[in-house]
Amino acid sequence: MEIVMAFVIGFLFMAATYLMLSRSLLRIIIGTGLLSHGVHLLVLTMGGLGGEAPPVLADGVEASQFADPLPQALILTAIVIAFGVTAFILVVAYRAYQSLETDNTTHMKGSDSDE
Amino acid sequence: MNNNVVLLPILIPFLTAIILMFAPKKIIFQRTVSLLGLLVALGVSISLMMTVQQEGPQTLTFGSWPVPFGITMVSDMVSVLLVTTTLLLTIFIVWYSFSSIGKEREQFYYYAGIMFIITGINGAFTTGDIFNLFVFFEVFLMSSYLLIVLGGEKKQLQGSIHYLLINIISSGLFVITVAFLYSVVGTLSMADIAQKVATLEQPAILTTIAVLFLIVFGLKAAIFPLFFWLPRAYAAAPTPVLALFGALLTKVGVYAIMRTYTLIFIHDQSFTHELLMILGIGTILFGCIGALAYFDVTKIIIYNIVIAVGIILIGVSQMNTAGVEGAMYYIVHDMLIKAALFMLGGTIIALTGTANLRKMGGLMKRYPVFGWTYLVAAFSLAGIPPLSGFIGKLLIVQGGFEANNPWMSIVILLSSLVVLLSVIRIFIYAFWGEEQPATISISQTTYQRQLLPTIVLVAITVAYGVGAEAIAPYMADAGETLLNPAIYINAVTGGE
Repeated sequence: MEIVMAFVIGFLFMAATYLMLSRSLLRIIIGTGLLSHGVHLLVLTMGGLGGEAPPVLADGVEASQFADPLPQALILTAIVIAFGVTAFILVVAYRAYQSLETDNTTHMKGSDSDE
Repeated sequence: MNNNVVLLPILIPFLTAIILMFAPKKIIFQRTVSLLGLLVALGVSISLMMTVQQEGPQTLTFGSWPVPFGITMVSDMVSVLLVTTTLLLTIFIVWYSFSSIGKEREQFYYYAGIMFIITGINGAFTTGDIFNLFVFFEVFLMSSYLLIVLGGEKKQLQGSIHYLLINIISSGLFVITVAFLYSVVGTLSMADIAQKVATLEQPAILTTIAVLFLIVFGLKAAIFPLFFWLPRAYAAAPTPVLALFGALLTKVGVYAIMRTYTLIFIHDQSFTHELLMILGIGTILFGCIGALAYFDVTKIIIYNIVIAVGIILIGVSQMNTAGVEGAMYYIVHDMLIKAALFMLGGTIIALTGTANLRKMGGLMKRYPVFGWTYLVAAFSLAGIPPLSGFIGKLLIVQGGFEANNPWMSIVILLSSLVVLLSVIRIFIYAFWGEEQPATISISQTTYQRQLLPTIVLVAITVAYGVGAEAIAPYMADAGETLLNPAIYINAVTGGE
């Protein structure tokens, strides 16, 4: 199972890298979204995919059957952080589109003061 | 040794930021509360430094959990020195902001942003947990995103998009690396990781993870070849924000490299530390090229950040007493002097109305005090003996010779010449020569109010250089903590 996950995550990273190397700002932001999905799946996979029961104490579940609770907590933290950052960059991109009138990142380079 | 005081340098700026958010439009309130908060935090962290000096590293594990299971905060001499320096120079940057940042920004959560950035940075210096380090990184990065776009000028929007993207990518890499490390050692507490790594019999995967961490922290610290984002992003920020970024943000990356490469990844030094040294030399070379290439006040000082990062990392990579102690001396010096230089550079730009060296001149006649202050700061940056940059560089160079890397020491010495040339060029162009008719000059009172904090900060760096003897025991302590991971591990685990 971990092997399959590794390939899926690798594909997500590949797609994210490809999108982030493109010119349109929105494609880049979609790339960062895919990157954070890949990252979160990787944390889950690296914690080990063993364990049949969710990590909630319940009657009749052996201690060895629980999934590792730590990566889930880490992912939850990373998700909200990525969510906050993504919301911010989306607004900055919108603001940049309004005032620079382009979403092409090659046109965002340089300013009038450059020699 | 459990001690709640460890948390105060993080909590006080955090609470100050929350209080500041209630009355954004009242500028007097904003200014006094933020200065008061910083002064109290500075007092606490100085007293914490005394405690650490007398009783060894102070730790606090949240919720009284046993050690590897809870998050531990560790204040050893290295982190408490950096926390104190951070708070000290932020006071001057906030003071300088009063007369330079402008009302609109001050009314839009500017000081709250600074307090949150300090919260994140002090947390990153103090934490003893690798994932908590990531969280504190995000805390100060989020605040830095706010500060870099605040104002919404075209230049800021252009620069900040690149800054945001590069940091999103490096944060993603950080979590990936933590996931890899977790799957190898199965723990997140740094002291516990260090113990487990020592028992793992040096598998190659740990070296891979070490290099991944170097890439992650190198992106934050702007080492060669990952510094490409820094000049443009930093050039977008207004002066006080730039001073804050230049003095603090890259240094957190440097500290993280320092910590991981002296505590955790010490199993394969012939590869990892050699790589660190080579990258350090590359960082210095490219920083030097950049510092000489531009006729722009801000760009020149920005490339000097890159050079300093290289010098500190080379000191760390030597792993001997002189090198590591020199790196500690130099990082504290560099934080103070970079803040001072950006403040001086900002005032030059405000006085002449341009950042272009070719269009300015003759400031010395009208602003002699300012000129001499700049000259002292420039000499101090280059490391002229009685001033603050000297002793750190001396020790790093000595460490290079002791570790049998003479070439590295020679590169550092030559880079000092380039640093001196680059900052003296600003002095010659801006202060000597024909007086230029000022285009948008600031008023005399604004100039004086900007000059005062700068002079005090430069005076502190001079005192740091002249009074190096007084700080020597603290630096020796810091060097010893870095070189003996056992001190750190024992402090966290309670000597089991």
